[in-house]
Amino acid sequence: MKKVLRNVYLYLMLLFLYAPILVLMVYSFNASKSRGQWGGFTLEWYRRLFMDANIQSALYYTVMIAILATIISTIAGTVSSIGIFLYGNKAQKVMLNVNYIPVINPDIVTGVSMMILFAFVSMRQGFATMLIAHITFCIPYVILSVLPKLRQMDVNLIEAAMDLGARPMQIINKVVLAEIRPGIITGALFAFTLSIDDFVISFFTTGSGVSNLSIYVYSMAKRGISPEINALSTLMILTVTLLLFIINRRSNKKTKTTGERI
Amino acid sequence: MKKTVWILCAILLLVTSLVGCGQSDVKKLYVYNWGTYIDNSVLRDFEKENNCKVVYENYASNEEMYYKLKSGNANYDVIFPSDYMIEKMIKEDMLLPLDKQNIPNLKNIDPKLLDIPFDPGNQYSIPYFWGTLGILYNTEKVTKPVDSWNILWDKEYAKKILMYDSQRDSVGIALILQGYSLNSTNQDELNKAYELLVEQKPLVLAYVNDQVIDMMIGNEADLAVVYSGDAVYCMSENEKLAYVVPKEGSNQWFDNVAIPTTSQNKELAEKFIDYLCRDDIALKNTMEVGYTSANKNALEEASKEDDYNNIAYNPTDDILARCVAFKDVGEFITNYADIWTKVKAAQ
Repeated sequence: MKKVLRNVYLYLMLLFLYAPILVLMVYSFNASKSRGQWGGFTLEWYRRLFMDANIQSALYYTVMIAILATIISTIAGTVSSIGIFLYGNKAQKVMLNVNYIPVINPDIVTGVSMMILFAFVSMRQGFATMLIAHITFCIPYVILSVLPKLRQMDVNLIEAAMDLGARPMQIINKVVLAEIRPGIITGALFAFTLSIDDFVISFFTTGSGVSNLSIYVYSMAKRGISPEINALSTLMILTVTLLLFIINRRSNKKTKTTGERI
Repeated sequence: MKKTVWILCAILLLVTSLVGCGQSDVKKLYVYNWGTYIDNSVLRDFEKENNCKVVYENYASNEEMYYKLKSGNANYDVIFPSDYMIEKMIKEDMLLPLDKQNIPNLKNIDPKLLDIPFDPGNQYSIPYFWGTLGILYNTEKVTKPVDSWNILWDKEYAKKILMYDSQRDSVGIALILQGYSLNSTNQDELNKAYELLVEQKPLVLAYVNDQVIDMMIGNEADLAVVYSGDAVYCMSENEKLAYVVPKEGSNQWFDNVAIPTTSQNKELAEKFIDYLCRDDIALKNTMEVGYTSANKNALEEASKEDDYNNIAYNPTDDILARCVAFKDVGEFITNYADIWTKVKAAQ
């Protein structure tokens, strides 16, 4: 009985999580433009999607900004967390609190203050401003995921490396970065998802024809959202699922082989 | 380490090349329009005809567009504000006066849409799309005659009524119903409108925006307040739906095209406006969007289509005679916002 209940609970959870996505995918094949009725099966929205220059440019900017913001914020965040880690206890606490403020700050406050800042330095809003904004809000999350890994690291390792004659750069590369790699990867994934997801901050910091997907979808609100967006979401979900599937299979293989060796 | 250096170099290259894009020789026209409010091929054709690049961006509300421009570091050349927003922007010196000589196709615009009080003499703006506000209802479910806003207060349709989540529109309906002006700036009149809206609240299924389209097509509600352009689309998808502009009067709305003071290229912007007024272009846009064209020839041509041959797309003069346009109520808008917040929060 307990087992049945447990399974029911699990499947209900999965249903709640995935039902909206399934509905979205099914309606990408709907011949009627409206979500109110089913007009038969069609691939028309996919055809239109590949012809729609506006959606394509929005997708391009979304992915471009996400990749650039991830790379830059991961590097900046990792370097700063090593710096913060090497501070004394008190300074470390202060720096951590400073780091928390942007995390706790509501998005809209960050967005508006960024917009005012860019206006103040009279920087024209567009790709560069949006990228800077994304890097800014990603860095604290990278620091938050890298710092605990640094703390877990055995400090003696560094001294041992020095004893064995490693140069400072070698220590960072071969010892520290190797030790904190899982933290860096988590941080990068965090940054990537945050950047792809973001609407509020992007909204306030973009201009000059640069808009990401979330802004583009939002702007359709006056006249109803086109099923092309369903088609695009379906493709994106399938890509992510496929990627996860490949990564999982690979890591499974790896653990298997290393397991055999041990 | 070498790898990281390489990656850094690659990023720098990418960023600089992207920033560099801004400095090419081709003229650029920055157009800021409502989402899905144009036929995209029209933009591409304009680029070819004038050897320029149209940088196209969308917004979802007048206020959003207003604040983007107000923030000071936007550089749009062409915008599409609605009636009351045009008046507000003229007052705040945010629009450039148009040189009519550069817009010969203005002759195609229906004269009855010109010289409206929010922009006397159309010094700053040219109509693009327009329409009315009315009631969309399901003819199978609603048996009583629908000709008055009163039907939205009829208990028989409790929880089958959709209202628009927009302060000017919904408060406006309550004002009209009591015989007041849609542009009232009298607090007593507003308070009476508030009482009426609170009285209606138990009957309302939801206060909605664009969801109204899907909900009406899906027969989830019987009566809804909609813009005529959305009504045209809903009726084409669901034959049971019909549109009415109530006898007490209603709002006639305009989405005009204008040039903001941020424009760097007024000449090209005026060319673009003239281009939008051309018969073939206006027809393409109205066929794609489904909203009523301000171009009289395009309107006539489009009305020949079955889906467009109705009073939602092409209202009669009788209907228009009882409609008024919004005026900017200035600071008094906060009183409207207060009322509307209170209505939505009421139990």
